[in-house]
Amino acid sequence: MANIITCRSVCKTFGTKRGSVPALQDVSLEVAEGEFLTVVGASGCGKSTLLRTLAGLEPLTAGEIDAVGARVQGPGAERAMVFQNYSLYPWLTVMENIKFPRQLAVHNRDSTSSDVEVASGRADALLNLMGLSAVESAFPAQLSGGMQQRVAIARALMTRPRVLLMDEPFGALDAQTREVMHDLILHVCALEHCTVVFVTHDVEEAVYLGQRVVLMAPRPGRIEHIYEVPLGPVRRQEMKHTAQFLALKAQILGRIRATSGLRTDLELLQKLSRRG
Amino acid sequence: MYTRWKIRGWISPASYWTLAAVGLIVPLSAWTLLSAFGAADRLFLPGPYDVAHQVAVWFSDGNLLTDMRISSFRVVAGWALSALVAIPIGLAIGTFRRVQALLEPLTDFIRYMPAVAFIPLVMLWVGIDESAKVAIIFIGTFFQMVLMVAEDVRRVPMAQIEAAQTMGASRCEVIEKVIIPSAKPALLDTLRITMGWAWTYLVVAELLAANSGLGYAIIKAQRFLQTDRIFAGIFLIGAIGLATDQCFRWLHRVAFPWLHARD
Repeated sequence: MANIITCRSVCKTFGTKRGSVPALQDVSLEVAEGEFLTVVGASGCGKSTLLRTLAGLEPLTAGEIDAVGARVQGPGAERAMVFQNYSLYPWLTVMENIKFPRQLAVHNRDSTSSDVEVASGRADALLNLMGLSAVESAFPAQLSGGMQQRVAIARALMTRPRVLLMDEPFGALDAQTREVMHDLILHVCALEHCTVVFVTHDVEEAVYLGQRVVLMAPRPGRIEHIYEVPLGPVRRQEMKHTAQFLALKAQILGRIRATSGLRTDLELLQKLSRRG
Repeated sequence: MYTRWKIRGWISPASYWTLAAVGLIVPLSAWTLLSAFGAADRLFLPGPYDVAHQVAVWFSDGNLLTDMRISSFRVVAGWALSALVAIPIGLAIGTFRRVQALLEPLTDFIRYMPAVAFIPLVMLWVGIDESAKVAIIFIGTFFQMVLMVAEDVRRVPMAQIEAAQTMGASRCEVIEKVIIPSAKPALLDTLRITMGWAWTYLVVAELLAANSGLGYAIIKAQRFLQTDRIFAGIFLIGAIGLATDQCFRWLHRVAFPWLHARD
């Protein structure tokens, strides 16, 4: 399969008051077309920054990114992004939110009346697919967190992006809702033939969803290792209890612990408790 | 006891209105009693009856409605002009860091200058007709309004803006279809609050060669030590302000049903 995203030696430095902080150092990564790639790592490892550079929301300090056949130089509609929260437009109903991209010039440049009909049909289809038909005319504030994220995903998919970038989209949801969302997003992305880059801090989520799991490490933000997930293309909740799944999860967790600098904290904790 | 004083706790509409009535009636009756038993000289503290009587006299003179009309015109004109200029500038400050660096420190500096002190300058630059009074109200509200609008615009969540960008929105589209609609409720609140400030500058504005208006009437009554007339003028301004405020709140509910819609 051809690569749809190629990052070559990507560096990103943030300037702060106390000097510059390297958020990404020499990150090279290839994502195959149709792949579901997950990215995990301790906080501060630059996983969100990496995703934002792919989206074109952060300019690079060095290196280059090619996506969907062009150099990334800013945000583009072929790379849709789903945020953790607060990205829906509270003044629009669910349906109006999903149709929002249709209001933008890029998606209307040469549209005919039949295109509009197709778009309208697409919005209806997404509404059904995401299980939102009952709340079509509700405002986002009237929905639960899980339902809001369904709307955000439907809106991102509205214009058939080639790549879907997801930044901890289920991070604010409770465990049960999250499980439902996992199966939904796998189903929908397979149906849409969408390439997904999914950032999370939850290792179980990363292994369950990803065909490959990219493990990142902090100070400076870099790719530590890339794991192939040996579970095949179709995932089921029962797989979470298999030896293969648990072994990979434990392996990744161990590596995160080793890279996160958590050990220092433990020492400090022991010191403090001895004094007590 | 615990539930009554629960932090941000709920109260029934009945208790709300009872408490609101108590809050209004207690000071009013204290005032009535104080003036009725002569605890204070009438010259220092006219009673509610005297004030009401003054309003009636003012009305039958035929001047009250004219005064209210001209004062309202001055306030609304100064405030509307200020909004017309402050909203685009505030929008630019809240959207672009370069504009913020260019204009915000300057605005911060000017807003501390007292509007009263500008009276001689306004007379020099604008003259002493209607536009001078409007200009004073403009000076009093404009600079604060710019900063408040900028803050309203800055409060638009970054995720809303970036979501539009990743859907392919251009810079103009982000401003037109995300930033403005998202900031609208806060902007209406800013307009409501600055309208109140505009009214507080009325007396200052009508210091300036006026011969009509509520503020002018207060100043004239001051000269003749007509405390009841001063009270009447202050109360009328307060009443108009309260009414305007309620209109804005009603408009907010009607214009932004999505903010007030909860299951």
